[in-house]
Amino acid sequence: MTVTDRRTEEEREGRAEVDVAGATRPRHPLRWVASLVLLVLAAQLVHLLVTNDNFEWHVVGEYVNASIIGHGIAITLELTVVAMAVGIVGGVLLAVGRLSENRLLRGACGLYVWFFRGIPVLVQLVFWYNLSALLPRISFGVPFGPEFVSGETNHMITPLLAAILGLGLNEAAYMAEIIRGGLLAVDPGQTEAAHALGMSDARTFRRVVMPQAMRFIVPPTGSQVINMLKATSLVSVIALADLLYTVQSIYNRTFQTIPLLIVACLWYLLITSILYVGQSFIERRYARGATRQAPQGFWDFALLRRRAKTPEVPS
Amino acid sequence: MTTAMVHAAGVRKRFGHLEVLNGIDLDVAAGEVVVVLGPSGSGKSTFLRCINHLETIDGGSIHVDGELIGFRAEGGRVRHLRKREITRQRREIGMVFQQFNLFPHLTVLQNIVEAPTGVRREPSARAREHALELLRRVGLEDKAGAYPRQLSGGQQQRVAIARALAMRPKLMLFDEPTSALDPELVGEVLATMKSLADDGLTMIVVTHEIGFAREVADRVVFMDDGLVVESGPPSQVLENPANPRTKAFLSKVL
Ligand SMILES: Nc1ncnc2c1ncn2[C@@H]1O[C@H](COP(=O)(O)OP(=O)(O)O)[C@@H](O)[C@H]1O
Ligand SMILES: [Mg+2]
Repeated sequence: MTVTDRRTEEEREGRAEVDVAGATRPRHPLRWVASLVLLVLAAQLVHLLVTNDNFEWHVVGEYVNASIIGHGIAITLELTVVAMAVGIVGGVLLAVGRLSENRLLRGACGLYVWFFRGIPVLVQLVFWYNLSALLPRISFGVPFGPEFVSGETNHMITPLLAAILGLGLNEAAYMAEIIRGGLLAVDPGQTEAAHALGMSDARTFRRVVMPQAMRFIVPPTGSQVINMLKATSLVSVIALADLLYTVQSIYNRTFQTIPLLIVACLWYLLITSILYVGQSFIERRYARGATRQAPQGFWDFALLRRRAKTPEVPS
Repeated sequence: MTTAMVHAAGVRKRFGHLEVLNGIDLDVAAGEVVVVLGPSGSGKSTFLRCINHLETIDGGSIHVDGELIGFRAEGGRVRHLRKREITRQRREIGMVFQQFNLFPHLTVLQNIVEAPTGVRREPSARAREHALELLRRVGLEDKAGAYPRQLSGGQQQRVAIARALAMRPKLMLFDEPTSALDPELVGEVLATMKSLADDGLTMIVVTHEIGFAREVADRVVFMDDGLVVESGPPSQVLENPANPRTKAFLSKVL
């Protein structure tokens, strides 16, 4: 080793008593510069928001609580919930299909996922909306046999149904992958133990595998819900009166484009923020049994209270 | 055969081209405790898993309490059983795993009552009472509300034993129940198993605990390369093995 020891003889030898209490910290001049730059930018932003009349804040204030906007929000939320429900149910079925012992079923479910993930959801929406051009009539009945129900595609596929199909079937493909990953992450020993106790496949899935897979499924599903909420704005292209379409239809009349878009932004931000809080809470709940700590209650979490450090049951 | 709790005859099992069981013959009488010894990879776990049909055998037959496991033979034809019937057969056979495999999202009590209430449709109050009695028996009555990860390995394994007993099995299978435990925790699990043996439960135990075999087993079976190569009372197999492979194995573990 050729490292030179720069310490003096005295420092090396001397074991002088040192107390580190009150030691000065190293300075970080760059942090100061960065903070200063940010402060200046923030001041400029506030100045812009206040002085630029094009924001037309009074218009924002006028519309932010308007009942017509409320209807748009209702459609947006309804679509998010229904399309997400379609996506989750479809995703569970597809995931179970992809893990099945039946090769044909596995292949078919894989094909579905490949197909729906490969086409932009906007294109799918427009396609469903125009389905009548491909199939003028739709009927349900025995394949190649008698029909029970049939009707004009144009009457059956309303814009709302087209939106639900477009968003929901696409979502199912993504949820399938999330759910499959969660199911595969559960230790196969769990299934064995359940089978050894005489539990059926269905019961093992419901009581043992699924609850444990939830820990892996819920966090990405939360971000899927948030993405879905935002993706519903795409339905404005098929003339469904969601939040975005509603503000568009107003500013097409009044030309107050910017303030109305701001109204939409504020509502989207508010709803996604609520969803983020909900998602984090659900995530914690599903961590139950995964750590030695007791689960934290909702209000403790929402109010950012620190969790207690002691385990629930001392062992 | 009518008196045997387990009657295995010529049991064969392959994984692809790998022959794991090459014709196992083993009879276990009701109330008997059989310890299975053998080197790693000799097929001990596979054999246990065949007994409750976690693996489907490729040849031979296994009867438990007179009932053919996994198949039905009628009029000279043998057919695979449906899943529902296999599930029913497994309820009579308890199994304890090396890795415990408790359900981590359920409390100790919920782990134990899950199968009796869900599968046997026992009323939950009765299942609960039985579970608490079993917890007392394995010395863990104060842990009913704990989650498995809050317990030590030895405690988890004792809960796993209670969980298997809750189904009131005729037969218990133990696959290296102490191999995943720290040495100081092995004793508590073996003591629990000994008390079950004293109560007359029929048990097949795969273990490397020679002391347990000597003290508790009615019979010791030595397996190698998918065959039972030696079988007899512990004094004979452990002290005076006839087969050279048994000798070689014992000289390593003793
Ligand atoms: N599911 C399986 N697929 C393929 N090979 C397996 C499987 N299970 C066990 N084996 C093989 O079978 C042999 C016997 O394994 P096992 O019964 O676990 O032995 P033991 O319990 O005596 O150590 C080993 O060679 C093992 O690799
Ligand atoms: Mg083994």
